[in-house]
Amino acid sequence: MKSRIINTTSLLVGMALLILAACTPGGNKNSGAISGDLAQRSFVAPGEHDEFYGFISGGFNGQLSVIGLPSGRVFKNIPVFSVDAEKAYGFNEETKALLNTSFGFVPWGDSHHPDISQTNGKLDGRWVFINENNTPRIARIDLTTFETVEIIEIPNSAGNHSSSYVTDNTEYVVAGTRFAVPVPQRDMSINDYKGNFKGAMSFLKVDQESGEMNIEFQILMPGFDYDKAHPGRGKSHGWFFFTTYNTEEANSLMEVNASQNDKDFVAAINWKKAEEYLAQGNFTTMATNYAHNLYDEKTQTATTTWEKEVKILDPAKCPGLVYFMPMPKSPHGCDVDPTGEYIVGSGKLSANVTVHSFDKMIKAIEEEKFDGDAYGIPILNFEDVLAGVVVQPGLGPLHTEFDNKGNAYTTFFISSEVVKWKLGTWEVIDRKPTYYSVGHLMIPGGNSQEPFGKYLVAMNKITKDRYLPTGPEVTQSAQLYDISGEKMELLLDFPTLGEPHYAAGIPADLIKPNSKKIYSLEENEHPFVTKSEKDAKVVRDGNTVHVYMTMIRSHFAPDNIEGIKEGDKVYFHVTNLEQDYDVPHGISIIGANTSELLIMPGQTETFTWTPKGVGVWPFYCTDFCSALHQEMQGYVRVSDRNSDIELSWSLDGE
Amino acid sequence: MKLSKILMFTGALLPLLLFVLPMWNITLRAPQYPEPIGMDIWINKIADHNPNDIKNINLMNHYVGMKDIPTEIPEFKIFPGVVISVVVLGLIIAFIGKRKLYLAWFAIMVILGSIGMYDFYQWEYDYGHDLKETAAIKFTDKDGQPIAYQPPLIGSKMILNFNATSLPMSGAYALFTGMLLSLLAFYHARREEMET
Repeated sequence: MKSRIINTTSLLVGMALLILAACTPGGNKNSGAISGDLAQRSFVAPGEHDEFYGFISGGFNGQLSVIGLPSGRVFKNIPVFSVDAEKAYGFNEETKALLNTSFGFVPWGDSHHPDISQTNGKLDGRWVFINENNTPRIARIDLTTFETVEIIEIPNSAGNHSSSYVTDNTEYVVAGTRFAVPVPQRDMSINDYKGNFKGAMSFLKVDQESGEMNIEFQILMPGFDYDKAHPGRGKSHGWFFFTTYNTEEANSLMEVNASQNDKDFVAAINWKKAEEYLAQGNFTTMATNYAHNLYDEKTQTATTTWEKEVKILDPAKCPGLVYFMPMPKSPHGCDVDPTGEYIVGSGKLSANVTVHSFDKMIKAIEEEKFDGDAYGIPILNFEDVLAGVVVQPGLGPLHTEFDNKGNAYTTFFISSEVVKWKLGTWEVIDRKPTYYSVGHLMIPGGNSQEPFGKYLVAMNKITKDRYLPTGPEVTQSAQLYDISGEKMELLLDFPTLGEPHYAAGIPADLIKPNSKKIYSLEENEHPFVTKSEKDAKVVRDGNTVHVYMTMIRSHFAPDNIEGIKEGDKVYFHVTNLEQDYDVPHGISIIGANTSELLIMPGQTETFTWTPKGVGVWPFYCTDFCSALHQEMQGYVRVSDRNSDIELSWSLDGE
Repeated sequence: MKLSKILMFTGALLPLLLFVLPMWNITLRAPQYPEPIGMDIWINKIADHNPNDIKNINLMNHYVGMKDIPTEIPEFKIFPGVVISVVVLGLIIAFIGKRKLYLAWFAIMVILGSIGMYDFYQWEYDYGHDLKETAAIKFTDKDGQPIAYQPPLIGSKMILNFNATSLPMSGAYALFTGMLLSLLAFYHARREEMET
């Protein structure tokens, strides 16, 4: 539930309540501010389309939901890291492999930070990437089908949180590790954490044609917690920045023991330098084992490849690869402005927002002005890299996004507000309350060189009384602000699924024309495809039976099957012969111990059924497909194991 | 060369475009088909207007017992021969250059065109009336007679939830232009004769 973040900051919430009680005169409900004119600006008339797509992570639901902006309407909940019975994701034979890991089949994940692919620092709408925090993985979702097509496990990582951000040309998707662990894993005393645990930063190279990822290299960093990250862009392209906490390297009662240092670090990693070291062979190869799961749109089937090694770079042996920039008080967000000059660190426990300068960082490095080192990694002087400080803008700064006019917007969890401030002058321009305790925020393109500074979505951690109550568990709450003017204006409250941990937004026109309508039946290369009714058949192989079935408005072929025996394992390979937009069919049978199938036009999917008893068992279409949907049904006759009933199948007696 | 002769040559050649352009189109529109579905009628085939349209038309029509849109009918074999014949005939006439023959070619084209349209009407009638006994959905009109699903010969008509529109396409317009040119050739030839 939402309690994880709340737990880690419960002391702060208590503190905040005291402060709010002291500072806020009366109630802070703001619904009265919504005038008719404001309501019009988030209204999308029936039949009209939204201006932006939003991809909102589902946190503990493991998925990624697709919404429209400014309406806030939900269009789809894309299954990524958790099984989804509705879409048979992780239940049908085709997608099971996507959830394979070195720990076995994992049916659940904690999805966090979606990021859309970019070209030249601009959103290109090819793919969206998202990380899984608990069992470290990165997924790629194809934005022509809005389906998960690849999931790669990240070895040596734990708490895959400072992920999954893309570089200017989607050269890399980067995955950091929040928890330091023994690398490689081994049996050792937890008290020996300090100096022994490591944090692996993974750089996943992306094939520009297929989108396929592979772990190009890992940088084995000291055992801090690497919390958030962002790529350099424009002039800082080639660098990657990570915030750290627990530079104390504590291993118990972290809320106290990891909050002792006045400053932690922003780690600046020069990945172009890493490529040089890699080319020079200055790396070690570590044996490991991780799952690389890839869905092939042609065969419509996912397969797992077990990867056995990973290239490791040691920053102590690679001068110029990594530098540490001091940053106050356990920074959380690590955000880079569209020009690539400013690196904004939000010290969760600080009252200020601290901004470092890329140019100053480069100058300090060139002048070799270091203040010692940490495990061989040079530490730069705080003053040498400091660009500016936004003084006391709020309490509990978390994340910052940017518009296209030189402004930054930072969320404040404790004081529950979004604050707009100016890059360079560091002055606060505006502040608006959120309901309540905002975590992430998103401006479409706000994580690129070209933000679309029209809307801002605040994703809140606490909902309380904002909507009709639904028992102890209430929906999640997001808020839409118009940021086109000098002052932000609250336009809309809307509920979201799961617990959003970030979102990515993009103009609809960059994706909409590419969205597939059907899968071509002709190009279907599924090994068990049935391309016409005359090819429908039932084949026995020992105690296994394969049903090659088709579905089209409004019948199955075959729809009568006899000769199945108790104890058989029956595979239903079902092909939707439709080639019309939005005509899916579904299927399930009494007593199936798996989910229904929901099959798109031109697609083949497979479910298994092990009949538990003799009898005649109906199956039917589970998606209201047509005027005669209710008639779309059939029967399977199951006989005794020793019965001599021959296998037969038919449609309308033929 | 005289203008009339040029007109007749051009007019006689234009029907050849029927080999590369569709002749007629029937489009079905309904609210749940924001992209209408349609078929293009050529001299030798009936084709999808957009991919899979015919499959989708057949799928809908099977509920009311309509037959599939044919892929093979005798007309597809006859029409190409007829078109070649009138082109050859037109070229011969243009070569001869007799004014009255221009008019005769136009008349032949009108007759053949009328036969073609009648044939098209016949097919439409049969397509809309010859329904399978086992049709799942049987609609009747006010008088209890089975509803016919015949598309209009030309123009628009509501058939249940669909608006069916039947209109000539570029190939037919090429044919009409060719006929018009032969008529123009006839008038020009008369003026040319009067001038000389």
